[in-house]
Amino acid sequence: MIGTAGPVHKRWPAKVLCSGVAALLTILAVAGCSRSKEPEVPATPPHLRLITTQQYLNTLAYVFGPSVTLDMKFAPLQRSSGLLANGAAVAGITAAQIEQYQRAASRVAAQVVDEEHRAYLIPCKPAADKGADKACATQFFARAGRLLNRRTLKDSEVAAYVEQADAAADKLGDFYGGLGLVLESMLIDPEVLFIVEKGEPDPDRPGKMRLDAHSLASRLSFFLWDAAPDDELLQVAESGKLQTRKGLEHEVDTMLASPRLEAGVRAFFDDMFEFDAFDSLSKDSTVYPFFTGVTVADAREQTLRTVVDHLIHKNLDYRDLYTTRSTFISPALAPLYQLPASEGWTPYEFPVDSPRQGLLTQVSFLATHAHPGRSSPTRRGKALREILLCQVVPPPPPNVDFSKLNNPDAHYPTQRDRVKAHLTAATCAGCHRMTDPTGLALENFDGAGRFREKENDHVIDASGDLDGKKFDNIAGLAQTLHDNPGVPACLVNRLYSYGSGMAATAKERPLMQYLTTSFAAEGYKVPQLLRTIVLSQAFSQVSKAPVNTEPLPQMPVEKTQQVTLNDQVPRQAAAN
Amino acid sequence: MKNSKLSRRRVLRGMLNGTAVTVALPFLNCFLNESGEALASGAKMPVRFGTWAWGLGMNTSIFTPQKLGAGFDLKEEIASLEPVRNHINLITNTTYFRDSFQNLCHYTGWVIARTGAAPKDTKDIPGETIDVTIANQIGSSTRFKSLTATATGDVRSTYSYENSNTPNSPEWSPLQFYTRLFGPEFPDPNAAEFKPDPHVMVRKSVLSGVMDQTRGLMRTVGTDDRQRLDQYFTGLRHLEQQFQQRLEKPEPIAACRRPPAITADPAMGLEAESVALRHRMMTDLLVMALACDQTRVINMAYSNASSTTIKPGYEKPHHTTTHEEPVDAKLGYQPNASWFTRRAMESWAYFVEAFTKVKEGDGTLLDNVFIYATTDHAYARMHSLDNVPLFTAGRAGGRVKTGLHIDANATAATRVGYTALRIFGVDKPSWGVNSNNTSKEVAEILV
Repeated sequence: MIGTAGPVHKRWPAKVLCSGVAALLTILAVAGCSRSKEPEVPATPPHLRLITTQQYLNTLAYVFGPSVTLDMKFAPLQRSSGLLANGAAVAGITAAQIEQYQRAASRVAAQVVDEEHRAYLIPCKPAADKGADKACATQFFARAGRLLNRRTLKDSEVAAYVEQADAAADKLGDFYGGLGLVLESMLIDPEVLFIVEKGEPDPDRPGKMRLDAHSLASRLSFFLWDAAPDDELLQVAESGKLQTRKGLEHEVDTMLASPRLEAGVRAFFDDMFEFDAFDSLSKDSTVYPFFTGVTVADAREQTLRTVVDHLIHKNLDYRDLYTTRSTFISPALAPLYQLPASEGWTPYEFPVDSPRQGLLTQVSFLATHAHPGRSSPTRRGKALREILLCQVVPPPPPNVDFSKLNNPDAHYPTQRDRVKAHLTAATCAGCHRMTDPTGLALENFDGAGRFREKENDHVIDASGDLDGKKFDNIAGLAQTLHDNPGVPACLVNRLYSYGSGMAATAKERPLMQYLTTSFAAEGYKVPQLLRTIVLSQAFSQVSKAPVNTEPLPQMPVEKTQQVTLNDQVPRQAAAN
Repeated sequence: MKNSKLSRRRVLRGMLNGTAVTVALPFLNCFLNESGEALASGAKMPVRFGTWAWGLGMNTSIFTPQKLGAGFDLKEEIASLEPVRNHINLITNTTYFRDSFQNLCHYTGWVIARTGAAPKDTKDIPGETIDVTIANQIGSSTRFKSLTATATGDVRSTYSYENSNTPNSPEWSPLQFYTRLFGPEFPDPNAAEFKPDPHVMVRKSVLSGVMDQTRGLMRTVGTDDRQRLDQYFTGLRHLEQQFQQRLEKPEPIAACRRPPAITADPAMGLEAESVALRHRMMTDLLVMALACDQTRVINMAYSNASSTTIKPGYEKPHHTTTHEEPVDAKLGYQPNASWFTRRAMESWAYFVEAFTKVKEGDGTLLDNVFIYATTDHAYARMHSLDNVPLFTAGRAGGRVKTGLHIDANATAATRVGYTALRIFGVDKPSWGVNSNNTSKEVAEILV
């Protein structure tokens, strides 16, 4: 936080400096010694990534503290190769989005300078409230600008902000009003809203390029913390230590041990598990009257809590997420799980013989991959393939004869009977053999994720197979998935893509194999995998950015907009 | 036009000279007369453009009228269009040509309708959508270049794209949309008093620093990223224009009324009733945004192409129903699938009728708009791309006749889009790619 009260998110709060973290660091250090050689893969150009809503909010929370709030969502990124994050490096930007950013900036800046917050968010008091104060404005913009731009601003840049703030303060007769409006403009600066990466020659590898220190700091921080670098990380970057092996390792270990890692891990799994679907998820209230908006929010939260607890707090094997019976229950979820409700979020362990085994049996997976009024073996099977195994299930052919699926209502009591046509018709079977046998194993859960033994008074047969491995029930599916080598390989692929900012390509396959092997050797521990990724040469190498020689757009004349009449005047009006 | 820095005469003289001239903004107001009902030249208010979309086509046996031309019959699936029959044109039997590309289910069709070209995959938008082209032509001077809304409650439901990576994300929350349009920043053209806000002056002034920064950054990046920053720069310019407009007293517009405040969003949900409610709220806001000349281009999506609208108590949403519901032997169509289409048509009727509720000059707002309504398939059950129905609504300032049913004889659906482009003066000898390319308007509807 930039004011006088000190950082809100300390990297090393006392309670975190416990044996658990110490043990984690020991494991990380030991594992780090047993690294095999990383294969060389082609470098990609530095990226220009659009910041996400959550990254923006997390950054603001660090810079200005949690009392500055913003109830707003920016336009969503487009999912590509399984991740929204991959869309950030290609996302265009519309006039409506700029307007949205400006409104968000306006709300944030107004809070920072209001009477409630100014005392501790502005590190100095102006000589007089009713006019300019160069010294105080300089102090404020130098500090805020550094954290928001993720680099120390040049003196000339700070001076430009101060000059604007002085002029605004004089015009408005209000120091804080002027400061707020200039802060507003800083918050929509392209260097704040885009994560701009730059390359530099790598002194250790002549002829090759690497990310410069600030770019590396940002890549690390947005990956691990889902937020801009903090003051300490910027200092390490600016000191040159981040570009040394020892300095980088030390900083990475510090970041991995910070409680802020939770935000990073949450953001990644929220993306990989396609939880943006929750933003528009709704169920038919006549079929599932208990499935409310609170249920939707809590189902998402339940899985994220389970993931963070399992992977970070307990540092357990990633694959065990698909068999774990440990989770958390909220009052809104209790009826769905047929459990008594307790206040707030409560840790809960399902009994050994419970059908609730692993993430596939949580409401988040079961309800998002189902219809509004019923379950869907096909959707669930497809999601399992695409999200957890990184496979691609082709869409149905456009000219498929759907009459084979006619009359699914009356005569077939269970979904298994209904989708049988998928598996017998030649045009359907190719893809449905990929999806339905796993989806059918989840048929003990209805479209809202509630357990059921029967459908239309017929006992549900939850047997199936995954790539030739047969199982009799959901526990069997959970264990089969747990043992499937595609599960950790998929995580590696998604995590590397997410961290480096672009989907891994075929040329990076040797690197994926190397990382997957390391992941296995290190017991499928995600913090260690994160460490291996961010310390890899591939993570910080870049190729040279292509040079663009096209002329730049014109700046406005006399602070008004420059327009070309032929382009701007409606022809309609001109004709009249 | 007391505050305007330019006279209409000076602007027009600059244009008549035929060269690009640099002027200070704004210039819009100098085209309006004192009453705001007509342009200063005496011409009517400008013609404005809209799109409307519904998913999953129709059942031709109960949708396509028997009679051609005026007074066409309304079969049961479009019976709800009775109140607006004379305000619309129904163009049936058009074709989306996929050429050598795959028929990408629930995608190829609407992409052709909106861009004129078949997409190569489901990530591909092979050109800007028609609303963007028309907004570039007529939307640069208003507060918003265009406005896009959806009734689905889903921020991903849009048919408007600048390019594959730049969707125009829709307004999905009526509350947020109301605040954006008619909240504290609304420049009410009929307000008794006008006092420029010094905070807005400062905002406009400091924005030049952000534009400078953007230009500086553009020097350092590659071609693709440069284009994205260029979009950013254009957005900043538009923002600056918005600030400038807020510093000038707007001309009165008789038809403009700030709608009653929306204080809460309707419940989330995709039940047909919830969708219809959200559609009504969004429509009313869009209509008043046009009436108040806040924008000249609007887009409304009733549903996604793969519509997920729910019929309460029926287990399948719309899209699944079209594929899995058996054809009723007696009726000859899928009754539940048709139920969903009927709900869409009810909302289309509401949409069109909403424009007739606003008086503008001697007629209504509908007289001065042209709306283009599209769907993704004709018969969704089989993903058919032929026999596709399209609608238009509005008389485009007297250039378009309405109340007609036209058989397109299997010609390109893009003819309707091309007609729209011509109406708005977009100077294109043809529109569309390969078989979708056309230089033939739907002449039957033109005056």
